[in-house]
Amino acid sequence: MTSENIDGGKALIRALEKEGVEVMFGLPGGAILPVYDPIIDSTIRHILVRHEQGAGHMAQGYAQATGKPGVAMVTSGPAATNIVTPLCDAYLDSTPLVVITGQVPLAAIGTDAFQECDTTGITMGVTKHNFLVKDAQDIPRIVKEAFHIATTGRPGPVLIDLPKDIVDPNNPRSELDWVENPEMELPGYKPEKNIDLTAIENALELIQTSKRPVFYVGGGILKARAAEALRELVEITGIHVVTTLMARGAFPDSHELCLGMPGMHGNYTAVTSMQKADLLVALGARFDDRVTGKVDGFAPDAKIIHVDIDPAELGKVRKPDVAINGDCRLVIEAMVDLLRREESIQIDRSEWKSMISGWQERFPLTYEDSEPGSRLKPQYVLEQLRDLTPEDTIVASGVGQHQMWTSQYWSFDHPYTWINSGGLGTMGFSIPAAIGAKVGNPDRMVWAVDGDGCFQMTAQELVTSTVENVPIKVALLNNSYLGMVRQWQDMFYEERFSEVFLSDDVPNYKAWAESMGCVGIRVDSPEEVPEAIAKANEIEDRSVVIDFRTAPEERVYPMVPAGKDNSSIVVPPSQESQER
Amino acid sequence: MKKTQGNYTILVITVENKFGVLARVSGLFSRRGVNIKSLAVAPTDKAEFSRITVDLDIELEGVSLDQIINQLDKLINVVEIRALDPAESVERELMIVTVEAEASQRDELVDHLDKVGGKVLNIGTESMMLSLVETSSVIDDFESFLSSYGIVELQRTGRVALDSL
Ligand SMILES: Cc1ncc(C[n+]2csc(CCOP(=O)(O)OP(=O)(O)O)c2C)c(N)n1
Ligand SMILES: [Mg+2]
Repeated sequence: MTSENIDGGKALIRALEKEGVEVMFGLPGGAILPVYDPIIDSTIRHILVRHEQGAGHMAQGYAQATGKPGVAMVTSGPAATNIVTPLCDAYLDSTPLVVITGQVPLAAIGTDAFQECDTTGITMGVTKHNFLVKDAQDIPRIVKEAFHIATTGRPGPVLIDLPKDIVDPNNPRSELDWVENPEMELPGYKPEKNIDLTAIENALELIQTSKRPVFYVGGGILKARAAEALRELVEITGIHVVTTLMARGAFPDSHELCLGMPGMHGNYTAVTSMQKADLLVALGARFDDRVTGKVDGFAPDAKIIHVDIDPAELGKVRKPDVAINGDCRLVIEAMVDLLRREESIQIDRSEWKSMISGWQERFPLTYEDSEPGSRLKPQYVLEQLRDLTPEDTIVASGVGQHQMWTSQYWSFDHPYTWINSGGLGTMGFSIPAAIGAKVGNPDRMVWAVDGDGCFQMTAQELVTSTVENVPIKVALLNNSYLGMVRQWQDMFYEERFSEVFLSDDVPNYKAWAESMGCVGIRVDSPEEVPEAIAKANEIEDRSVVIDFRTAPEERVYPMVPAGKDNSSIVVPPSQESQER
Repeated sequence: MKKTQGNYTILVITVENKFGVLARVSGLFSRRGVNIKSLAVAPTDKAEFSRITVDLDIELEGVSLDQIINQLDKLINVVEIRALDPAESVERELMIVTVEAEASQRDELVDHLDKVGGKVLNIGTESMMLSLVETSSVIDDFESFLSSYGIVELQRTGRVALDSL
């Protein structure tokens, strides 16, 4: 092999190109300057953000929508701390990211140099792994390792901290011999698992003999690209499915066996079927407290089959009867394979099915129409949006009531169409995430459903969308409040509303949107809703923000109060008298 | 405070011998509010790996040991991890200690030191420096015996352990 001498900055960009990176999100500064220079000559598209948190969430939106790792690059110090939130978000939602941060020169580390911060120390707990590179020669290998770690096993964010001197061509420390195929040195990392076939057989026996089984499907199905395999398994077994907030779209909502979302704001049937099940088959799900409610009272009669790529999830919250450590797709395919070969046992589940359809009839999602002249019902806006957009529309949401309503009222029929911040619940996620998703899917329609509180945290990225020509659409469910917090004060703090009112008239969202180069529309009455959505759908050359004026007092129902078990689910007033 | 066998948990962790690895390992304990009683780290027979022996009080108060082990195992730099069963392992600890000892007290002190297999490292005018390699519980006992003399300075290494043969 002929050796080629290059500098660390060029090596970094070349290594990214070699990993197939097409786009990265970032914002330059002193310590990372040398790496920004070779970007000019690179095939990689760089999207210049307005805040580093935006870069991180864009990379997440890109990754969640495309399945490819998202890449962000920022400078040292405050830029590194600005991207900590997206790292933590990606860590909790197992999103593959590679984040590159600048660092002060090696000799200055530990001296409180200008814009120095202990980036690897700060991010240790919110990354799958991080690297402080001390030798330019290690750059090609570490980039390769970073992508490998981010994308294999249980995916997650990986950070590479790059001291300036090893990437600065003016510094002799930055010189290295380019290595085309560096060998990874990860003796402690073994993401491949041998699937335990006996455990699979035990699982199938439980599945075939259970009377009230439910597939409890989590985000791992999407990470494993197992949606098709899951559909086969469901159809062979005829067992109902719930899809968690992280798994919306992993199984089509329109399928007769789909019960929708479980959890704190899940629908009655999804929550109750899990609660009454005699078998839960958890597939890439992690028994999050928002799903289980009070753990002691969760699904008391259910045996548990738990399939997960991450052995630390097995038994973390609930002890499984059968634990299978492996990639969900491979495990499900093995199950399907065995089921096809064996003679299937046909157990009579008609009683269970009629229980389920009874709940579905008595406890559908429901809301009261708005009174004439009063503010819009958010659920109505979402129904209209759902019905008036193409069925493969990608929806990214913020965090709050609007997030729960979107998950409830949208009909997800395709995987990778739902992008949200599930584990961390990061307000401000939707706009940058939608932009990232659109960058990865330029031909698809991308809507952000946002709250007024969330919008004010990251709206500046709409400037990015204008300047970088990444047009998205924003449905702002503007209820003038930090609505989700208001709802808790309403229900659990005797309507004592403390610091949740934002404002009825400022900011002027239409004007704000226009000032950022977007089209701004304000909608007050129900009749205007379809028209405004149709208009937004037609605009392809710029972003659109629709300020839907929604009702502040609206609550998200159903709701399992925090700390209660799932049988304490609170239904909307109109369903209170229904037989449970 | 006596520590008898079985009242503790030893984790043996093989890690890559690199900077930052100890912080990653200890960080997993600190974020759970679990105190590490003692910790021994040194390279193994292969220079690229280090062996960490962690001694934990058994009462982890609501924290699952399996969970800690599983999550430590997820650290990229951790190559292998397991809990050693105290009943099936051989453990030793080293203590070096300086005690106040006038000439008249030294015979009794050295006599006792001989019985437990310790060594005299140094003799000063009013004090002696001793060392002892033993199980932690023997060292506990010896330490309390020494306290009546007056301990000037003391360092224990914490447990290290290997599987029994
Ligand atoms: C960064 C951050 N800060 C605070 C919270 C707590 N929180 C959760 S939902 C919510 C209200 C969100 O308000 P808005 O965006 O208007 O959405 P709404 O609930 O009104 O639909 C708040 C403050 C959070 N999740 N994230
Ligand atoms: Mg709001």
